[in-house]
Amino acid sequence: MPIEVKAGACVGAGQCALVAPNTFDQDEDGIVVLLQHDPQGIDLKSAIRATQLCPARALAVSAR
Amino acid sequence: MSRTRRAVIVGASIAGLTTAEVLREEGFDGEIVIVGEEAQLPYTRPPLSKQILLGEWEPEDARIRTRAELDGLGIQLLTGVSAAGLDVAGRTIHTSVGPIAYDDLIIATGTRPRTHPLLPHSPSLRTIDDAILLRAQLRLARRVAVIGSGILGSEIASASRKHGAETVIVGRSGTLSFGGVGSLLSDRLAHLHKVNDVELALHADVISASPSSGGTELVLRGSAERSFDLVVVMIGGTPCTEWLAGSGLDIADGVACDDVGVAAPGVSAVGDVAAWHDPSTGRGVRTEHQSNAIEQAIAVASRIARNGEIERPVPLFWSEIHGTQIKAVGWFDQRRQLVDTSVDPTTDRSILCARAQDGTLRGAVAWNAPPREFQSARAEIITSARTAIQPIPKEDRR
Repeated sequence: MPIEVKAGACVGAGQCALVAPNTFDQDEDGIVVLLQHDPQGIDLKSAIRATQLCPARALAVSAR
Repeated sequence: MSRTRRAVIVGASIAGLTTAEVLREEGFDGEIVIVGEEAQLPYTRPPLSKQILLGEWEPEDARIRTRAELDGLGIQLLTGVSAAGLDVAGRTIHTSVGPIAYDDLIIATGTRPRTHPLLPHSPSLRTIDDAILLRAQLRLARRVAVIGSGILGSEIASASRKHGAETVIVGRSGTLSFGGVGSLLSDRLAHLHKVNDVELALHADVISASPSSGGTELVLRGSAERSFDLVVVMIGGTPCTEWLAGSGLDIADGVACDDVGVAAPGVSAVGDVAAWHDPSTGRGVRTEHQSNAIEQAIAVASRIARNGEIERPVPLFWSEIHGTQIKAVGWFDQRRQLVDTSVDPTTDRSILCARAQDGTLRGAVAWNAPPREFQSARAEIITSARTAIQPIPKEDRR
Protein backbone atom coordinates (compact mmCIF):
# COMPACT_ATOMS: atom_id res chain seq x y z
CA MET A 1 0.00 0.00 0.00
CA PRO A 2 1.51 3.35 -1.02
CA ILE A 3 2.92 5.69 1.61
CA GLU A 4 2.02 9.37 1.56
CA VAL A 5 4.00 12.15 3.20
CA LYS A 6 2.23 15.39 4.10
CA ALA A 7 4.61 18.19 3.19
CA GLY A 8 4.88 20.90 5.81
CA ALA A 9 3.63 18.73 8.65
CA CYS A 10 6.92 16.94 9.46
CA VAL A 11 8.63 18.32 12.57
CA GLY A 12 11.75 16.16 12.26
CA ALA A 13 11.14 14.03 15.35
CA GLY A 14 12.77 11.10 13.56
CA GLN A 15 10.36 8.51 14.90
CA CYS A 16 9.68 7.07 11.42
CA ALA A 17 13.34 6.51 10.59
CA LEU A 18 13.80 4.67 13.90
CA VAL A 19 10.73 2.43 13.52
CA ALA A 20 10.84 1.79 9.76
CA PRO A 21 14.40 2.47 8.55
CA ASN A 22 13.84 0.63 5.26
CA THR A 23 11.07 3.04 4.31
CA PHE A 24 11.96 6.37 5.91
CA ASP A 25 15.11 8.44 6.26
CA GLN A 26 15.70 12.09 7.12
CA ASP A 27 17.44 14.86 5.24
CA GLU A 28 19.97 17.27 6.77
CA ASP A 29 17.15 19.30 8.33
CA GLY A 30 15.60 16.18 9.81
CA ILE A 31 12.69 16.24 7.38
CA VAL A 32 11.35 12.87 6.30
CA VAL A 33 12.63 11.31 3.07
CA LEU A 34 10.74 8.40 1.53
CA LEU A 35 13.05 5.53 0.55
CA GLN A 36 10.34 3.33 -0.96
CA HIS A 37 6.80 4.26 -1.89
CA ASP A 38 5.20 0.85 -1.67
CA PRO A 39 6.75 -1.27 1.10
CA GLN A 40 5.73 -4.90 1.42
CA GLY A 41 5.55 -7.52 4.16
CA ILE A 42 7.47 -6.68 7.33
CA ASP A 43 8.47 -3.30 5.88
CA LEU A 44 4.79 -2.44 5.41
CA LYS A 45 3.99 -3.47 8.97
CA SER A 46 6.67 -1.21 10.41
CA ALA A 47 5.72 1.61 8.03
CA ILE A 48 2.14 1.46 9.30
CA ARG A 49 3.41 1.64 12.89
CA ALA A 50 5.54 4.64 11.89
CA THR A 51 2.49 6.44 10.51
CA GLN A 52 0.70 5.88 13.82
CA LEU A 53 3.68 6.92 15.94
CA CYS A 54 4.54 10.09 13.98
CA PRO A 55 3.95 12.85 16.55
CA ALA A 56 2.92 15.27 13.79
CA ARG A 57 0.77 12.73 11.96
CA ALA A 58 2.67 13.64 8.78
CA LEU A 59 2.56 10.17 7.21
CA ALA A 60 -0.26 8.05 5.87
CA VAL A 61 -0.70 4.66 4.30
CA SER A 62 -3.25 5.25 1.60
CA ALA A 63 -6.07 2.80 1.16
CA ARG A 64 -6.00 1.92 -2.52
CA MET B 1 -23.28 -18.48 21.11
CA SER B 2 -21.37 -15.41 22.15
CA ARG B 3 -21.69 -12.10 20.36
CA THR B 4 -18.73 -10.34 18.82
CA ARG B 5 -16.43 -8.55 21.24
CA ARG B 6 -16.93 -4.79 21.04
CA ALA B 7 -14.54 -1.98 21.85
CA VAL B 8 -16.17 1.40 22.33
CA ILE B 9 -13.99 4.51 22.23
CA VAL B 10 -15.43 7.81 23.46
CA GLY B 11 -13.66 10.68 21.72
CA ALA B 12 -12.76 10.90 18.03
CA SER B 13 -9.58 12.94 18.21
CA ILE B 14 -6.01 11.67 17.93
CA ALA B 15 -6.09 9.51 21.09
CA GLY B 16 -9.37 7.83 20.20
CA LEU B 17 -8.55 7.37 16.53
CA THR B 18 -5.06 5.98 17.22
CA THR B 19 -6.52 3.52 19.73
CA ALA B 20 -8.93 2.26 17.07
CA GLU B 21 -6.26 2.00 14.37
CA VAL B 22 -3.81 0.13 16.59
CA LEU B 23 -6.48 -2.23 17.93
CA ARG B 24 -7.07 -3.30 14.31
CA GLU B 25 -3.36 -3.40 13.53
CA GLU B 26 -2.73 -5.63 16.55
CA GLY B 27 -5.35 -8.13 15.46
CA PHE B 28 -8.45 -7.11 17.44
CA ASP B 29 -11.18 -8.68 15.30
CA GLY B 30 -14.29 -7.47 17.13
CA GLU B 31 -16.39 -4.37 16.52
CA ILE B 32 -14.75 -0.98 17.00
CA VAL B 33 -17.09 1.95 17.60
CA ILE B 34 -15.88 5.54 18.09
CA VAL B 35 -18.33 7.99 19.64
CA GLY B 36 -17.45 11.56 18.59
CA GLU B 37 -19.17 14.69 19.87
CA GLU B 38 -18.08 16.93 17.00
CA ALA B 39 -19.71 16.68 13.58
CA GLN B 40 -16.21 16.25 12.13
CA LEU B 41 -14.00 13.50 10.81
CA PRO B 42 -10.80 13.05 12.87
CA TYR B 43 -8.18 15.79 12.62
CA THR B 44 -4.87 16.63 14.26
CA ARG B 45 -4.70 19.56 16.66
CA PRO B 46 -1.12 20.93 16.59
CA PRO B 47 -1.61 22.67 13.19
CA LEU B 48 -4.73 24.46 14.44
CA SER B 49 -2.70 26.99 16.44
CA LYS B 50 0.21 27.00 13.96
CA GLN B 51 -0.22 26.47 10.20
CA ILE B 52 -3.97 27.12 10.19
CA LEU B 53 -3.96 30.31 12.30
CA LEU B 54 -0.99 31.58 10.30
CA GLY B 55 -2.94 30.99 7.10
CA GLU B 56 -0.43 28.48 5.67
CA TRP B 57 -2.87 25.56 5.72
CA GLU B 58 -6.56 25.29 5.07
CA PRO B 59 -8.59 23.52 7.77
CA GLU B 60 -9.01 20.51 5.46
CA ASP B 61 -5.23 19.94 5.65
CA ALA B 62 -5.55 18.97 9.34
CA ARG B 63 -7.88 16.06 8.62
CA ILE B 64 -6.27 12.65 8.94
CA ARG B 65 -8.86 10.03 7.96
CA THR B 66 -11.63 9.87 5.41
CA ARG B 67 -14.87 8.04 5.99
CA ALA B 68 -13.83 5.51 3.33
CA GLU B 69 -10.54 4.80 5.12
CA LEU B 70 -12.35 4.24 8.43
CA ASP B 71 -14.81 1.91 6.68
CA GLY B 72 -11.85 0.04 5.18
CA LEU B 73 -10.44 -0.52 8.66
CA GLY B 74 -13.81 -1.61 10.00
CA ILE B 75 -14.00 1.36 12.35
CA GLN B 76 -17.49 2.70 12.94
CA LEU B 77 -17.39 6.44 13.69
CA LEU B 78 -20.52 8.04 15.14
CA THR B 79 -20.22 11.82 14.72
CA GLY B 80 -22.35 14.35 16.56
CA VAL B 81 -23.03 11.88 19.36
CA SER B 82 -22.21 12.77 22.97
CA ALA B 83 -21.69 10.42 25.88
CA ALA B 84 -24.00 11.02 28.84
CA GLY B 85 -23.23 8.30 31.37
CA LEU B 86 -21.30 5.15 32.22
CA ASP B 87 -22.42 1.94 33.95
CA VAL B 88 -19.16 0.16 34.80
CA ALA B 89 -20.77 -3.00 36.20
CA GLY B 90 -23.20 -3.27 33.28
CA ARG B 91 -20.48 -2.44 30.70
CA THR B 92 -22.71 0.11 29.00
CA ILE B 93 -22.40 3.78 28.11
CA HIS B 94 -25.38 6.08 27.71
CA THR B 95 -25.28 8.47 24.78
CA SER B 96 -27.43 11.05 23.00
CA VAL B 97 -28.56 8.23 20.68
CA GLY B 98 -29.17 5.61 23.37
CA PRO B 99 -27.18 3.00 25.31
CA ILE B 100 -24.18 1.22 23.78
CA ALA B 101 -22.85 -1.98 25.36
CA TYR B 102 -19.09 -2.63 25.37
CA ASP B 103 -16.57 -5.25 26.34
CA ASP B 104 -13.72 -2.73 26.38
CA LEU B 105 -14.27 1.00 26.91
CA ILE B 106 -11.59 3.57 26.10
CA ILE B 107 -12.21 7.10 27.37
CA ALA B 108 -10.55 9.73 25.17
CA THR B 109 -12.77 12.77 25.71
CA GLY B 110 -9.94 15.29 26.06
CA THR B 111 -10.35 18.71 27.60
CA ARG B 112 -12.23 21.88 26.86
CA PRO B 113 -10.81 25.39 27.27
CA ARG B 114 -11.20 26.85 30.73
CA THR B 115 -13.32 30.00 30.65
CA HIS B 116 -12.35 33.27 32.34
CA PRO B 117 -15.03 34.41 34.79
CA LEU B 118 -14.81 38.02 33.54
CA LEU B 119 -14.62 37.02 29.85
CA PRO B 120 -17.07 34.12 29.54
CA HIS B 121 -17.82 34.76 25.85
CA SER B 122 -14.30 35.45 24.58
CA PRO B 123 -12.98 33.06 21.94
CA SER B 124 -10.55 30.28 22.82
CA LEU B 125 -8.98 27.49 20.78
CA ARG B 126 -9.55 23.75 20.95
CA THR B 127 -11.50 22.52 17.93
CA ILE B 128 -11.16 22.97 14.19
CA ASP B 129 -14.26 25.22 14.27
CA ASP B 130 -12.57 27.37 16.94
CA ALA B 131 -9.49 27.70 14.67
CA ILE B 132 -11.53 28.73 11.62
CA LEU B 133 -13.36 31.41 13.65
CA LEU B 134 -10.22 32.68 15.38
CA ARG B 135 -8.31 32.96 12.11
CA ALA B 136 -11.10 35.08 10.63
CA GLN B 137 -11.12 37.27 13.75
CA LEU B 138 -7.31 37.67 13.72
CA ARG B 139 -7.43 38.80 10.09
CA LEU B 140 -9.74 41.67 11.03
CA ALA B 141 -8.32 42.60 14.43
CA ARG B 142 -6.02 45.58 15.06
CA ARG B 143 -5.52 45.35 18.84
CA VAL B 144 -5.41 41.86 20.32
CA ALA B 145 -5.06 40.75 23.94
CA VAL B 146 -4.16 37.13 24.59
CA ILE B 147 -5.04 36.13 28.15
CA GLY B 148 -2.75 33.24 29.06
CA SER B 149 1.02 32.80 29.05
CA GLY B 150 1.40 29.15 27.99
CA ILE B 151 2.46 27.66 24.62
CA LEU B 152 -0.93 28.30 23.04
CA GLY B 153 -0.92 31.90 24.25
CA SER B 154 2.49 32.38 22.65
CA GLU B 155 1.38 30.72 19.40
CA ILE B 156 -1.77 32.84 19.15
CA ALA B 157 0.27 35.99 19.82
CA SER B 158 2.67 34.90 17.08
CA ALA B 159 -0.23 34.44 14.63
CA SER B 160 -1.72 37.76 15.70
CA ARG B 161 1.55 39.58 14.87
CA LYS B 162 1.74 37.76 11.53
CA HIS B 163 -1.70 39.17 10.72
CA GLY B 164 -0.40 42.62 11.68
CA ALA B 165 -2.23 43.35 14.93
CA GLU B 166 -0.81 45.11 17.98
CA THR B 167 -0.60 42.27 20.47
CA VAL B 168 -0.25 41.93 24.22
CA ILE B 169 0.10 38.71 26.22
CA VAL B 170 -1.54 38.98 29.64
CA GLY B 171 -0.47 36.61 32.39
CA ARG B 172 -0.34 36.71 36.15
CA SER B 173 2.47 34.29 37.04
CA GLY B 174 5.23 36.68 35.97
CA THR B 175 6.63 34.15 33.48
CA LEU B 176 5.90 32.54 30.13
CA SER B 177 5.57 28.77 30.25
CA PHE B 178 6.19 26.09 27.65
CA GLY B 179 4.29 22.90 28.47
CA GLY B 180 6.32 20.42 30.48
CA VAL B 181 9.38 22.69 30.34
CA GLY B 182 7.49 25.01 32.66
CA SER B 183 8.98 28.48 33.05
CA LEU B 184 12.59 27.42 32.33
CA LEU B 185 12.39 29.00 28.84
CA SER B 186 10.62 32.15 30.02
CA ASP B 187 13.51 34.59 29.45
CA ARG B 188 14.19 33.29 25.93
CA LEU B 189 10.50 33.36 25.03
CA ALA B 190 10.13 36.88 26.46
CA HIS B 191 13.05 38.07 24.34
CA LEU B 192 11.59 36.39 21.25
CA HIS B 193 8.24 38.10 21.78
CA LYS B 194 9.84 41.49 22.44
CA VAL B 195 11.91 41.51 19.24
CA ASN B 196 8.68 40.65 17.41
CA ASP B 197 6.86 43.60 19.03
CA VAL B 198 4.59 41.60 21.32
CA GLU B 199 3.94 43.48 24.55
CA LEU B 200 4.19 41.36 27.69
CA ALA B 201 2.04 42.08 30.74
CA LEU B 202 2.93 39.09 32.88
CA HIS B 203 1.97 40.43 36.32
CA ALA B 204 -1.33 41.75 35.12
CA ASP B 205 -4.46 40.00 36.19
CA VAL B 206 -7.66 41.11 34.45
CA ILE B 207 -9.51 43.33 36.96
CA SER B 208 -12.53 44.12 34.82
CA ALA B 209 -13.79 43.58 31.29
CA SER B 210 -16.67 45.33 29.64
CA PRO B 211 -18.01 45.28 26.10
CA SER B 212 -17.57 48.45 24.04
CA SER B 213 -18.59 49.52 20.56
CA GLY B 214 -15.36 48.25 19.01
CA GLY B 215 -14.74 45.22 21.19
CA THR B 216 -13.73 44.94 24.84
CA GLU B 217 -12.44 47.41 27.42
CA LEU B 218 -10.00 45.69 29.75
CA VAL B 219 -8.60 46.94 33.02
CA LEU B 220 -5.43 45.12 33.94
CA ARG B 221 -3.93 45.27 37.40
CA GLY B 222 -1.75 48.35 37.71
CA SER B 223 -2.76 50.03 34.45
CA ALA B 224 -5.49 52.19 32.95
CA GLU B 225 -8.42 50.89 30.94
CA ARG B 226 -7.44 49.76 27.45
CA SER B 227 -9.50 48.93 24.43
CA PHE B 228 -9.08 45.74 22.37
CA ASP B 229 -11.05 44.60 19.38
CA LEU B 230 -10.20 40.95 20.10
CA VAL B 231 -9.56 39.23 23.43
CA VAL B 232 -8.57 35.56 23.27
CA VAL B 233 -8.66 33.46 26.44
CA MET B 234 -6.13 30.63 26.58
CA ILE B 235 -5.80 29.70 30.24
CA GLY B 236 -5.64 25.92 30.13
CA GLY B 237 -8.11 23.10 29.80
CA THR B 238 -10.66 21.31 31.94
CA PRO B 239 -11.00 17.52 31.49
CA CYS B 240 -14.30 16.51 29.84
CA THR B 241 -15.49 14.14 32.56
CA GLU B 242 -18.91 15.50 33.49
CA TRP B 243 -20.55 12.51 31.79
CA LEU B 244 -18.70 10.19 34.19
CA ALA B 245 -20.25 11.71 37.34
CA GLY B 246 -21.78 8.94 39.42
CA SER B 247 -19.95 6.18 37.52
CA GLY B 248 -17.66 5.43 40.46
CA LEU B 249 -14.53 6.43 38.52
CA ASP B 250 -12.15 8.85 40.24
CA ILE B 251 -12.52 12.04 38.19
CA ALA B 252 -11.00 14.57 40.59
CA ASP B 253 -8.62 15.78 37.82
CA GLY B 254 -9.26 13.79 34.66
CA VAL B 255 -9.80 10.02 34.75
CA ALA B 256 -7.50 8.46 37.34
CA CYS B 257 -5.74 5.37 35.93
CA ASP B 258 -3.05 2.94 36.98
CA ASP B 259 0.33 3.06 35.23
CA VAL B 260 -0.95 1.18 32.16
CA GLY B 261 -4.08 3.29 31.68
CA VAL B 262 -6.70 1.14 33.46
CA ALA B 263 -9.40 3.16 35.27
CA ALA B 264 -11.76 0.29 36.24
CA PRO B 265 -12.44 -3.27 35.05
CA GLY B 266 -12.92 -3.00 31.27
CA VAL B 267 -12.31 0.77 31.29
CA SER B 268 -9.16 2.56 30.11
CA ALA B 269 -8.39 6.22 29.47
CA VAL B 270 -5.93 7.87 27.06
CA GLY B 271 -4.90 11.36 25.99
CA ASP B 272 -5.46 14.75 27.63
CA VAL B 273 -8.27 13.47 29.87
CA ALA B 274 -6.26 10.56 31.31
CA ALA B 275 -4.35 10.88 34.59
CA TRP B 276 -1.99 7.90 34.50
CA HIS B 277 -0.24 6.95 37.72
CA ASP B 278 3.42 7.91 37.38
CA PRO B 279 5.54 5.19 39.04
CA SER B 280 8.46 7.57 39.55
CA THR B 281 6.46 10.15 41.55
CA GLY B 282 3.61 7.98 42.83
CA ARG B 283 1.05 10.52 41.61
CA GLY B 284 -1.48 10.70 38.81
CA VAL B 285 -0.49 13.08 36.04
CA ARG B 286 -2.29 14.38 32.97
CA THR B 287 -0.05 15.17 30.01
CA GLU B 288 -1.60 17.37 27.36
CA HIS B 289 0.15 17.03 24.04
CA GLN B 290 -0.35 14.99 20.90
CA SER B 291 2.59 12.60 21.09
CA ASN B 292 1.58 11.55 24.61
CA ALA B 293 -1.95 10.86 23.37
CA ILE B 294 -0.51 8.74 20.55
CA GLU B 295 1.85 6.76 22.77
CA GLN B 296 -0.82 6.11 25.41
CA ALA B 297 -3.25 5.02 22.69
CA ILE B 298 -0.72 2.59 21.22
CA ALA B 299 0.06 1.20 24.68
CA VAL B 300 -3.60 0.68 25.63
CA ALA B 301 -4.60 -0.78 22.26
CA SER B 302 -1.68 -3.23 22.37
CA ARG B 303 -2.65 -4.27 25.89
CA ILE B 304 -6.31 -4.82 24.96
CA ALA B 305 -5.60 -6.60 21.66
CA ARG B 306 -2.85 -8.94 22.78
CA ASN B 307 -1.86 -8.06 26.34
CA GLY B 308 1.17 -6.37 24.82
CA GLU B 309 3.93 -4.77 26.81
CA ILE B 310 3.55 -1.16 27.88
CA GLU B 311 6.28 1.37 27.33
CA ARG B 312 6.25 4.55 29.36
CA PRO B 313 5.51 7.49 27.06
CA VAL B 314 8.33 10.03 26.86
CA PRO B 315 6.97 13.59 26.51
CA LEU B 316 7.69 15.22 23.14
CA PHE B 317 6.18 18.52 22.07
CA TRP B 318 7.00 21.37 19.79
CA SER B 319 6.02 24.82 18.76
CA GLU B 320 6.74 27.51 16.22
CA ILE B 321 6.71 31.03 17.62
CA HIS B 322 7.53 33.97 15.32
CA GLY B 323 9.19 31.47 12.96
CA THR B 324 11.44 29.98 15.67
CA GLN B 325 11.19 26.19 15.93
CA ILE B 326 11.18 24.97 19.51
CA LYS B 327 11.06 21.25 20.37
CA ALA B 328 11.18 19.66 23.79
CA VAL B 329 11.61 16.07 24.92
CA GLY B 330 11.65 14.45 28.35
CA TRP B 331 11.16 15.78 31.85
CA PHE B 332 12.12 19.12 33.37
CA ASP B 333 12.83 19.90 37.02
CA GLN B 334 11.79 23.51 37.69
CA ARG B 335 14.52 23.86 40.34
CA ARG B 336 17.34 23.15 37.88
CA GLN B 337 18.30 25.61 35.15
CA LEU B 338 18.75 24.43 31.57
CA VAL B 339 22.33 24.31 30.32
CA ASP B 340 23.03 25.69 26.86
CA THR B 341 25.33 23.28 25.03
CA SER B 342 25.50 25.14 21.73
CA VAL B 343 28.95 25.24 20.16
CA ASP B 344 28.50 28.76 18.86
CA PRO B 345 26.62 30.95 21.34
CA THR B 346 26.52 33.87 18.87
CA THR B 347 23.86 32.09 16.80
CA ASP B 348 20.25 31.59 17.80
CA ARG B 349 20.54 27.80 17.55
CA SER B 350 20.79 25.95 20.84
CA ILE B 351 20.35 22.61 22.48
CA LEU B 352 19.38 23.22 26.10
CA CYS B 353 19.87 20.31 28.46
CA ALA B 354 18.08 19.37 31.67
CA ARG B 355 20.25 17.06 33.74
CA ALA B 356 19.48 15.31 37.01
CA GLN B 357 21.78 15.68 40.04
CA ASP B 358 23.72 12.57 38.97
CA GLY B 359 24.26 13.99 35.48
CA THR B 360 21.65 11.84 33.71
CA LEU B 361 20.09 13.65 30.76
CA ARG B 362 16.38 13.91 31.58
CA GLY B 363 15.18 16.53 29.13
CA ALA B 364 16.31 18.63 26.18
CA VAL B 365 15.05 21.63 24.25
CA ALA B 366 16.04 22.32 20.65
CA TRP B 367 15.83 26.06 19.95
CA ASN B 368 16.10 26.40 16.16
CA ALA B 369 18.68 23.62 16.47
CA PRO B 370 19.72 21.02 13.89
CA PRO B 371 17.36 18.03 14.21
CA ARG B 372 20.14 15.47 14.46
CA GLU B 373 21.50 17.00 17.64
CA PHE B 374 18.01 16.98 19.12
CA GLN B 375 17.52 13.36 18.10
CA SER B 376 20.69 12.16 19.75
CA ALA B 377 19.66 13.94 22.95
CA ARG B 378 16.23 12.37 22.62
CA ALA B 379 17.69 8.88 22.13
CA GLU B 380 19.79 9.32 25.28
CA ILE B 381 16.74 10.44 27.30
CA ILE B 382 14.60 7.53 26.08
CA THR B 383 17.30 4.97 26.82
CA SER B 384 17.72 6.13 30.41
CA ALA B 385 13.96 6.47 30.97
CA ARG B 386 12.61 3.26 29.50
CA THR B 387 12.82 1.03 32.50
CA ALA B 388 10.30 -1.74 32.12
CA ILE B 389 7.05 -1.15 33.97
CA GLN B 390 6.02 -4.17 36.00
CA PRO B 391 2.98 -5.78 34.40
CA ILE B 392 -0.02 -6.18 36.67
CA PRO B 393 -2.03 -9.43 36.75
CA LYS B 394 -4.26 -9.70 33.70
CA GLU B 395 -7.46 -10.42 35.64
CA ASP B 396 -7.18 -7.05 37.39
CA ARG B 397 -7.22 -5.20 34.11
CA ARG B 398 -10.48 -6.34 32.58
